[in-house]
This record gives sequence, structure tokens and C-alpha cells, in this order.
Amino acid sequence: MHRLLMLSLCAALVSTVALAQAPTGKVTVITSFAKDVTDPVKKAFEAAAPGVTLEVQNRNTNAGVKYLEETKANNQVDLFWASAPDAFEVLKGKGLLQKYAPKASGIPEKIGQFPINDPAGFYFGFAASGYGIMWNERYAKANKLPDPKEWQDLAKPVYYDHVSIAAPSRSGTTHLTIEAVLQGEGWAKGWGTVKAMAGNFRNITERSFGVPEAVNSGQVGYGIVIDFFAFSAQASGFPVKFIYPTVTTIVPANVGIVANAPNKAAAEAFVEFLLSPAGQQVLFEPGIRRLPVNPDIYAKAPADYPNPFKDPRLNSMIKFDVAKSEARNDVVDVLFDQLISFQLEPLKAATKAIHEADAALAKKDNAQARALVAQARELIAAMPVDEATASAKETTAAFTGGKQKGARQAELEQQWAAFAKQHYAQAQAKAEEALKLAK
Amino acid sequence: MGGPHVSLALAAPRARARRTATPGQITLALGIAAFLALFLVWPAATVIYVAFTERGGGAFTLVNFVDFFRTDLFLRSFWNSFYVSAMAVAGASILALPLAYITSRFAFRGTVLIQTLGFLPLIMPPFVGAVAMQLFFGRNGSANLLLDDWFGFKIAFMEGLNGVIFVQSIHYFPFILINLSAALRNIDGAMEEAAQNLGSSGFRLFRRIVFPLAMPGYIAGASLVFVKVFDDLATPLLLNVKDMLAPQAYLRVTSIGIADPMGYVISVVLIVASVAAMALSALATRGIDYSTVQRGGGGLARRRLRPYESALAYLTVALILLLVLAPHVGLLLLSFSTVWSFSPLPDGYTTAHYARIFGDSSLYIKNTLIYASMAGLIDVVLGTAIAYLVLRTRLIGRDALDWAASAALAVPGIVLGIGYLRAFYGVKLWDGTPLAALWIVIVLALAIRRLPYALRACYAALQQISVSLEEAAENLGATKLRTVRRIVTPLMMGGILAGFVTSFATAAVELSATLMLVQSNSDAPLAYGLYVLMQSAAGRGPGAALGVIAVVLVAVCTILSHAVIERGRAMPPAGH
Repeated sequence: MHRLLMLSLCAALVSTVALAQAPTGKVTVITSFAKDVTDPVKKAFEAAAPGVTLEVQNRNTNAGVKYLEETKANNQVDLFWASAPDAFEVLKGKGLLQKYAPKASGIPEKIGQFPINDPAGFYFGFAASGYGIMWNERYAKANKLPDPKEWQDLAKPVYYDHVSIAAPSRSGTTHLTIEAVLQGEGWAKGWGTVKAMAGNFRNITERSFGVPEAVNSGQVGYGIVIDFFAFSAQASGFPVKFIYPTVTTIVPANVGIVANAPNKAAAEAFVEFLLSPAGQQVLFEPGIRRLPVNPDIYAKAPADYPNPFKDPRLNSMIKFDVAKSEARNDVVDVLFDQLISFQLEPLKAATKAIHEADAALAKKDNAQARALVAQARELIAAMPVDEATASAKETTAAFTGGKQKGARQAELEQQWAAFAKQHYAQAQAKAEEALKLAK
Repeated sequence: MGGPHVSLALAAPRARARRTATPGQITLALGIAAFLALFLVWPAATVIYVAFTERGGGAFTLVNFVDFFRTDLFLRSFWNSFYVSAMAVAGASILALPLAYITSRFAFRGTVLIQTLGFLPLIMPPFVGAVAMQLFFGRNGSANLLLDDWFGFKIAFMEGLNGVIFVQSIHYFPFILINLSAALRNIDGAMEEAAQNLGSSGFRLFRRIVFPLAMPGYIAGASLVFVKVFDDLATPLLLNVKDMLAPQAYLRVTSIGIADPMGYVISVVLIVASVAAMALSALATRGIDYSTVQRGGGGLARRRLRPYESALAYLTVALILLLVLAPHVGLLLLSFSTVWSFSPLPDGYTTAHYARIFGDSSLYIKNTLIYASMAGLIDVVLGTAIAYLVLRTRLIGRDALDWAASAALAVPGIVLGIGYLRAFYGVKLWDGTPLAALWIVIVLALAIRRLPYALRACYAALQQISVSLEEAAENLGATKLRTVRRIVTPLMMGGILAGFVTSFATAAVELSATLMLVQSNSDAPLAYGLYVLMQSAAGRGPGAALGVIAVVLVAVCTILSHAVIERGRAMPPAGH
């Protein structure tokens, strides 16, 4: 107890010293955020902390993590600033972040069911985001499509070939969306929902922004995206709409101080600025449009701005288990890639056959055909691994690079891909048989 | 193979070129080898060696390559890549041949303009180019919305493998156009006259005499197109085609397989396949001598066109240019548009996007010009030197230089970027900053990435020069160095410039390696600025504006170098 007291005293002392000496010089941040996000923040921060220059290095989240890893022997970066909490978990696990206790007040412990700050103190949420469905109104009107409300809606036949998503292995935010569905509906049912939606996918992009870009320009009608992509597109005048489905989660976007930061004082000043009322208010800028984590700031929000602290819908969202997500992170990504991304053609063919059989059955019912369609749906939903196996050491170890002996990643991938291909082919055959019976 | 060049080949047998190497040549070869080893082989090896290591122990193994051939996805990707590359060469030839033929054979107005405009597709800035292309040719792009309105159907321009072939043909046909045009310009007019005197004319003359003599240029361009398409990942990914080899390597190395050997196994396969394709193309032109002795005669005679021929030529040129420049027109519209969504044309127009990037762009432009021109310069120097060593000396292992330099085409940018960080980040300068943080490293990475372009152009240019010219100079007492300086280099100038322009222009819009290496905003080139803008809805217009600036910049530089070529041709060569 005594030691703890001493420690906290020391910490308080150090922080007052740090406050007394205003930070100066260059502070370097690696971020995945677009210029439209970083520019206003940079401007406001440099005005609030005269003498400090914010040097922004823009890299996508994965490249940023890789960069910090490759350069840690001679680190020149002070801060890491990105959306996906899992990237910060990875950095934390590799000892690339340092602890800090922000002094900003007025920020609650949780948003929805998600802790805003890393409980261990390595990274801090500064803005919240939820996942949902974004669509192009002109596209919907031209194709006479209804507005979706839930994830399951996107599995309906009308949306066939109209939906787009980023691959979860490429986009931390999409990964969280998929994980939220899996946690909200359970492993087996969740994958069923995901694959039923996937049967309607137009394409699977390899970067997060590819989806809103395609929806904005009207190349694809519907996209599964993080909310601010839609809000900032609306602010730029694009004819798009957005909705939060019931099973989603609100997750914070984060900032963390890099281990051995060359300008630690200025890095701390940046974290404090982001969490201060001035920093929180910058989030309302049309190009940013993220949800502040300080509930009091919403008083100054533009009209119709969603408030996650008030909105009952956003508050009743599922409890997101970060540890569970982290343990099976790679497995979920690879499963999605092997069962969906790289098998999209057979999956779509099977789905189309099911849609056609369903349409025929609606006109003329046939019990035998109905059973066949149900079997086809089960075949599509079938998973090569159950929930326990997915998180088991033997499976996850295949994706860690190879300190231990065990199954190689390529072997597992080939098994899973072959499983999916075979099942989709069978599903297509059953659905086509059902169609013949129903005609 | 018919035609008079065969007899010429007999008159200048290859054996005469084979003399013992001088110490100067050996030093040059060693220097180039050291450069390639330091900036290409070593950095790439620090990343790629994983492909040969065993899981769990790190011992040497080939099991990962067995895995490659056991995985359906990789095999499918391999064949898709092969098919798309071959078809893209065909598509690019269809676009390039008429343009090269018309502009080199006939007195045609605006030849410089056509050769510059025909060159533009190569400079498609990352991301914005893709968006513009989708807005024109996408499923709901202008073309399809209008088709659907008027005729009630759509054409899948940009779907699947055919979409990749379509876009790649448009994107890379300039490789063939540039190299073929340079080669056509180098042909001795006397050859053509001789053929005409013997009664050949028209298309037969072109098919039997002119085209075979320009073969090195065509092969250089076609092999570049093949290898470039084989190794390109940006276009397939933009069209969401993932089952091709380069995208597979990229997707694995940058995300789910970063610790897994398969991404690096694919990189090795890419490198081997590219070097094989290059070696094959070298083999195709090896046994034949394409050189002609006469120089400075102004090349082929340019025939005047009859009115109907002229109309036909203009129509062909206009159609091709319309097709290949559509993305640039789209880009220009995008840069002035307010909102453009699901409509044939933008909703409204504004100049605000240019105002927004005005402040940043001068820095980006300066950096881009410095990086790209330095990279281009390094490339033509190395390219000329390697071509000379390969074609004019008997040094042991000279082909290895050629292959190593060509392999650079197949090393994925991201692999080279990570390799540079690994190799040079630990090296500290006197004040503690890492070597990899210096902007010169970006220049070196760009130079290595674009070296194959310049090398192919220089190689083709040297192939067309007869050794007897050099021998004549040496017989008159000139040293080797003086011969190279006064005879070889001036005669190669067209090819060297073609190489410089290609390297320069493509380096100016390169992103994948730079993205890993840019350490501060003040060192950032245009492509990086584009990347940063193109991640948000509000950045689309400004990104397009920056893209237009990039294209204009490179186009102006290209016109200037064409002007230099033309002036060089107009002046009577001093050496004759």
C-alpha cells in the first residue's frame, strides 16, 4: 500500500513537472485517418499547444503496426492513432505502447457495453463509432429497392448482387462488425447470417474506404460500414443514408503513446487535447463526424447528430467481449476469406439458386422442394470448425508465424476452402432440384 | 524471316562483338552488381527468405512450395494471372500498333501530340484513377447508365478477368507504343528504299521489312506489358478480382499472412515467372541482328496520305484516343464536380477542390519532380550500362545483371518497402536518425522499381546499332570510353529518352513502396498526398484535382523530352 502511494505521488509529481514545462518540438503520429480527419485536429491542437508541431504519417492500420514493429530498435514515432481496438491490442501485446493515465475529466468508463479506455492503461478511446448499413438513395430508387433495417434484411433476394463489404482481414472495423454479429447471435447462427448476406454480395473490397467509395459513386447500392463513413459522405452532399441494426456494437477509436517515444511530453499533450472539450468538439467537423466520448459535448452537436449516450437503441447493444475477439481474431479473418471472399462465385451461384427456388415455391408450394431448400441453406451455413476449435491453441497457432511446430496456415486454408467449395456445390444442386420440383 | 536485314546480319556477325573485357568494363560490372545487391537483392532477401524456412525450426525447406501447388486457390490464381497477362499483351498491341504505324510512317499532323496523349494512360494516379474509371465504365458508370437508358442493356466492361484485361490493355499499351515508336524511328530509311526498289510497298512492306526491323522495340514493350500485368496488383484489386497471383501475395503479406511463408512463396513464384518471361523475350531476339549501319538519315520516309486515307487515319486515332483517355476525362470532370453519384455527369461544378489543395501541392510537386527525375536518371545510366555490358562484352555473368535488374519488376512494392526498413533502419547516421528515414532512400526504391523499364528501352536501342560503327571509331584511334561517349550514347539517345520518360512517369505515380518509406509529410510525393486524401468522402474532389496536377505535370515533362528527341533528330549529327 505504502509503495503504491509513493508511486502515485511520484506519478503526480512527474505530471505536474510535465505540465509546468510546456511541451515543445515535433510530435510524430502514425494514423490510418484521412486528411479530412487529421487536418482539423492538427490545426486545433497546434493552436492549443503553441510550440508543438504535429507530424502526421498516414499509413493503413496494418502497415502502421508493421512499421512500428520493424522500426522499434530506433523508434522515431510518438503516437499511434487509429480506429480498430484490436490493432492496439496487438501493439500492446508486442510491448510497443507505453502506459499513461489521462487527466481529462467528464469521460465515462463505458460507452454502450464497451470500456472506453484500455483497462490496462495503454490506449484511450477518443471517439466512438457504430457499424451499420449505408446505401445510395438514387441507386435504391432506380432499382426499386426497400430500405433495410437489420443484417438479415440484406440476405433477402431483392438485395442479390447489390451489397458490398470490406474483407475483415483487411479492415479492422469490418472485422469488428463480423465479430459483433458472431457474438450477438452465437457462432453457428452468426456465421449463418453472415454467409446468407454474403450470398448477396456484389464484391468484397480490400480496404475499408472501398465500400463507402463504391456506394457514394453509385457503383454498389448497399455497404456494410462504420457510421462516420456515411455521416461524412452526407456532410459532403452525397445522396446516402445510414442505419444501425439492432445487433451491432459501439466501439471506441483510440490513441496510444508508443514505447520509447522521442517526445513523450508532447505525446501526452496530444492525448490530453483529444480528450479535452476542445478536442472532442473538433469531431463534429463535416469531414470527421465521429461520436465524442464526452457526453456533455453533445449539447453543441449539429442537428440530428446521433448520441450514443441517449439513444436507447445504441445502449441496448450487445456486450462485446474483447478477449474472445482477440483470441480468435486471425481464425475469423481466414475463415471469412476462405469460405466467402475466395469462394464468392460458388457461394453466389448457390444463393441465386435458392432465391429462385424460393420464388417458385411462393407461387406453388411443394413440401419436398421446401425440405431441399432448407437442406441447401444448412449446407451453406455449415462451418468447418466449431467455436471451441476456432479459439483452440492448435488452430490459432497456425497463424502466428511458426515458433512452434504444428499445422501450417496453408494446409488449414486449403481444407477450409475445399470444405466450402464442396458444400456450396451441393447446396446449389439441392436448390436446383427444388426448383424443378416446384415448377 | 525474309528481308534484307538477314543479309545485313551476315555482314555483321555477332562474333565480332566478342572481345575480351577491359578492366574498365569489369569495374563497371562490379559496381552495378554491388548496387543491385545492396539495394535490391539484400533488402528483398531479408523478407523473402521466409519462403524457404520450415515452420517451428526455421530450417531450410521446400515444403512451402509444395503447399503452393497443393492449394487450389494459388493454382487458379497462377493460371488467371497467366491468361490475363497474355490477353493484355494482345489487347495492348491492338491499341498500340495503329498509333505507332500511323505516326511513324505518314506525314501526320500532331504526331507529338498523339505520342504524348497515347502515353498518358501510363500515368494513372493511384485510387483516383480507379474511381474515375468506375464512374465512366463501371456497372453504373456513365457509359452503362446511358446504354441502359437508350437501349436497355449494360456492358460489363469492368467485371472479372475480362475487366482486368480491358483496364490493363488501356493502362499499359503505352509500353508497346513508346518502345515500338522509338524502334521505328531508328530504322534505316535505306532498307525501306531498297525494298521499294525491289517492288515491295504498302502493308507488305510494313509486314516484311519495317516491322521485323522494329521487332526489338515491340518485344521490349510486349514483354514489359506481360510482366507488368503479371505482377500488377492495383488493377485487379480495384476491380475486386482477388484470385490472381500478385493480389494474393499482397493480401497475404499485408494482412492475414504477414507471418506466414505463403505470401513470400508467391513473391518468389512471381519473380521466377517474370525473369523467365524476360529471358524468353531476350531469347526471341537473340539469334537475329537488328542493327543497321546507316544513321542520321532521318529514319523512314513519311508518306503523304490521300484524303480518304487521311480520314481513316484520323478516325482510327480519334477512336483509340477516346477510349484510352476516357479515364483522364473522367478524372478531369471529377476534379471539377461537386457531387457525382449514379448519374452520367456530375450534379454541379466547382473549382473549390483546386483551391483546397493549392497550399499542399507545391511541396508534393517539388518532391515528386526531384524523386522521379533522380530515379529516372539513375535508371537510364544503369540501363545503358547493363545493356552495353550484356550486348557488347563477354563478361561472365553479364546476363545475371540483366535478370537481377528485371526481377525488380516482380518484387512486390510492399516487400521492397519492408525490406528497406529492415535493411536500412538499423543503420544510424551521425545524429542518430536512421538511414531509412532519408528521402534519398525513397529515390533508390523508386529507381530499383522502375529500372526494368529503362533497361528494356536501352537494350532495344543498343540492339539496333551496328557494332561496325563502334569498330570504325576504334580503328580511327578512339578509346572505348570515347567511343561510348561520342558514338554509342548519341545513337541510343532516342531509346534512352524513351526509357527515362517511362521510368520518370511511372515513378511519379508509384505508391506501394513509397507508402512504407515516407517518414514525414515534408518528404511526401504526390502519390502519397493522393492516398491521404482518398480515404474520405470529402477528399474525393481534392484527390482528383491532385491527380489532374500529377498527370499534367508528367505530360508536360513528356512533351519536353519528345521535343528534345525531335530536335536531336532535326540537327545533323556531329559525328557523321
